[in-house]
Amino acid sequence: MSAALEPAHPPRGPGDRLTGLFWRRPWVLLALLLAPPLLWLGVVYVGSLVALLWQSFYSIDEFSGMVVPELTLKTYAELLRPSNADVILRTATMAAAVTLASAVLAFPIAYYAARYAKGRWKAAFYLGVMLPLWSSYLVKVYAWKLILAKEGIVTWAFEGLGAGNLLNAVLAIPVIGGNSLSTSYMGTFLVFLYVWLPFMILPMQASLERVPATMLEASSDLGARPGQTFRHVILPLAMPGVIAGSIFTFSLTLGDYIIPQIVGSSRLFIGQAVYTLQGTAGNIPLAAAFAVVPILIMLVYLAVARRLGAFDAL
Amino acid sequence: MIAAVDFTHVSRQFGSGAAAVRAVDDVSLAIAEGEFFAMLGPSGSGKTTCLRLISGFESPNEGTIRIFGQDMGAVPPNRRHVNTVFQDYALFPHMTVRDNVAYGLMVRGMDRRTRLARAEEMLALVHLPEFGGRKPGQLSGGQRQRVALARALVNEPRVLLLDEPLGALDLKLREAMQDELKSLQKRLGITFVFVTHDQGEALSMADRVAVFSRGKIVQTGSPAEVYERPATRFVADFVGSSNVLSPEQSARLGGPARWTSLRPEAIRLAGEGTPGTVTALRYLGAGTRVAVALEAGLDLGVLLPAGAPVPAPGEAVRLTWERSAMHAMEGEE
Ligand SMILES: Nc1ncnc2c1ncn2[C@@H]1O[C@H](COP(=O)(O)OP(=O)(O)O)[C@@H](O)[C@H]1O
Ligand SMILES: [Mg+2]
Repeated sequence: MSAALEPAHPPRGPGDRLTGLFWRRPWVLLALLLAPPLLWLGVVYVGSLVALLWQSFYSIDEFSGMVVPELTLKTYAELLRPSNADVILRTATMAAAVTLASAVLAFPIAYYAARYAKGRWKAAFYLGVMLPLWSSYLVKVYAWKLILAKEGIVTWAFEGLGAGNLLNAVLAIPVIGGNSLSTSYMGTFLVFLYVWLPFMILPMQASLERVPATMLEASSDLGARPGQTFRHVILPLAMPGVIAGSIFTFSLTLGDYIIPQIVGSSRLFIGQAVYTLQGTAGNIPLAAAFAVVPILIMLVYLAVARRLGAFDAL
Repeated sequence: MIAAVDFTHVSRQFGSGAAAVRAVDDVSLAIAEGEFFAMLGPSGSGKTTCLRLISGFESPNEGTIRIFGQDMGAVPPNRRHVNTVFQDYALFPHMTVRDNVAYGLMVRGMDRRTRLARAEEMLALVHLPEFGGRKPGQLSGGQRQRVALARALVNEPRVLLLDEPLGALDLKLREAMQDELKSLQKRLGITFVFVTHDQGEALSMADRVAVFSRGKIVQTGSPAEVYERPATRFVADFVGSSNVLSPEQSARLGGPARWTSLRPEAIRLAGEGTPGTVTALRYLGAGTRVAVALEAGLDLGVLLPAGAPVPAPGEAVRLTWERSAMHAMEGEE
């Protein structure tokens, strides 16, 4: 009799009650889980971005060197002055060249890894691509400075092979050439290419991995030659990965201020301009305006990519 | 007459040494032009590999493959007049349905207007005239299957290969597609090579069936031949789950002293005949399958038509059949 009246479940503890609450109102759990990252994203990340944007609409008083907290487009007008526009153009060109070269270089590597590498070779691939990311960025850049220096191993190798004239001819090319590789745009380009290449290979490989083998067979079955299969099937399906990779290489190059300072001619890139303007020069508004440029370039880039159908396969 | 597809002692082996698998083992066959040819066999019996040998995605280790008399030894897949409907359809996800269908014409350099018009015709043929502008991701399984069919047929192949094309469809749709494929094949007169593990599908659609087991063809013949006169125990069991009797069992039941097949639907329950006990019942809708343990220590499957009285498990029954229903098989296996 008394047994029949006893509750079917033992009394519930606080943990139990909490589980019950989550079960009845799933959004409570969701809100609890999402709140910290959303706060972080909203306040710290977007907040500082907005603050930055805001600063770029201030200007600096030319005589006192003080920031005038009034909204104006004066700073942006200054950005378009030839000396500043040059910095932007130089950086964007370098970013485009680095992106293009890494795409071309990464594709065969990513393709091999995705289609053919199995087991041990796949592990070797990941190790080979990731290993350079594990050592300090500064160490790598300084190492490259030594490699590319006039007395460095590249010069030595070219001379050893009797191709010293070839190297000199390349260095004699106006604009991209220079006194040595380590003091020319070409050197900057090579180091950028080396440092960012993994960021292109990995997303490319991931997107190629998702292309089923039967898709390629279907193309061939329908009469396509290998080149046609590449152009009409592989490339479009790999495009989201190429775009993802190029977002990395492009934006990382746009924002970097260390590589061009260590390897290259002494002309400024956007990152260096921001660095000196907000530091020694104390021109926060112009620094902010410079910092907005890569964001705008990336937005335009993504819009164009979307227009060209790069995301159709998503 | 030259065969559409001709295999002469073809073998295809994967791996080497102890781990070697002979996926296709000394297969010879000739598929006539305009024929609906089914390759039937359990999973892993080498059907897909056979199909891939025809389309050119595999090449034989031994033997020769001819398509309309031409040796395919050095001909890559894209230069064979053969098209495939893939098991997973393999539609290009980034192209519209129309562009998918027109793909084969595009890579051959046909201008855009003409090829899209041809694609529309093909989509009408497979009853999808309004769907050209969609992406494959927006179609149901059955619709994707039709698109894959249209994409292959637009190239006017002389041989169409279909690898379990209906496997992913539900029963109702599968039956509708079976009828449709069959009538399409008759209308277009193209040679169809159809791979399936479903014996009902093979028997109902094909002009001729080849039964595969472990990389070998164990019997080739019309559906009626394969069903009524199975060559081996394997065929008898795989095609229509026949009762297979050993020579001794057959002799004891009044049949020939050979391996013998006795179809379940040829056996009746009657007042007299061989006695046995009902051990299990399986209701099939259109009939009931009854397992009967004979006193001779042997189980026989009996198929009772719908409406016939069904005995209860444990009940004692008597079985009769025509002696001519006992078909002696040649093969040992
Ligand atoms: N590319 C391959 N590599 C290794 N083994 C394979 C390969 N393709 C097929 N096989 C093997 O060959 C046998 C036949 O396979 P398959 O032709 O796909 O059979 P089915 O289509 O009849 O199911 C199986 O044992 C399978 O594991
Ligand atoms: Mg198969």
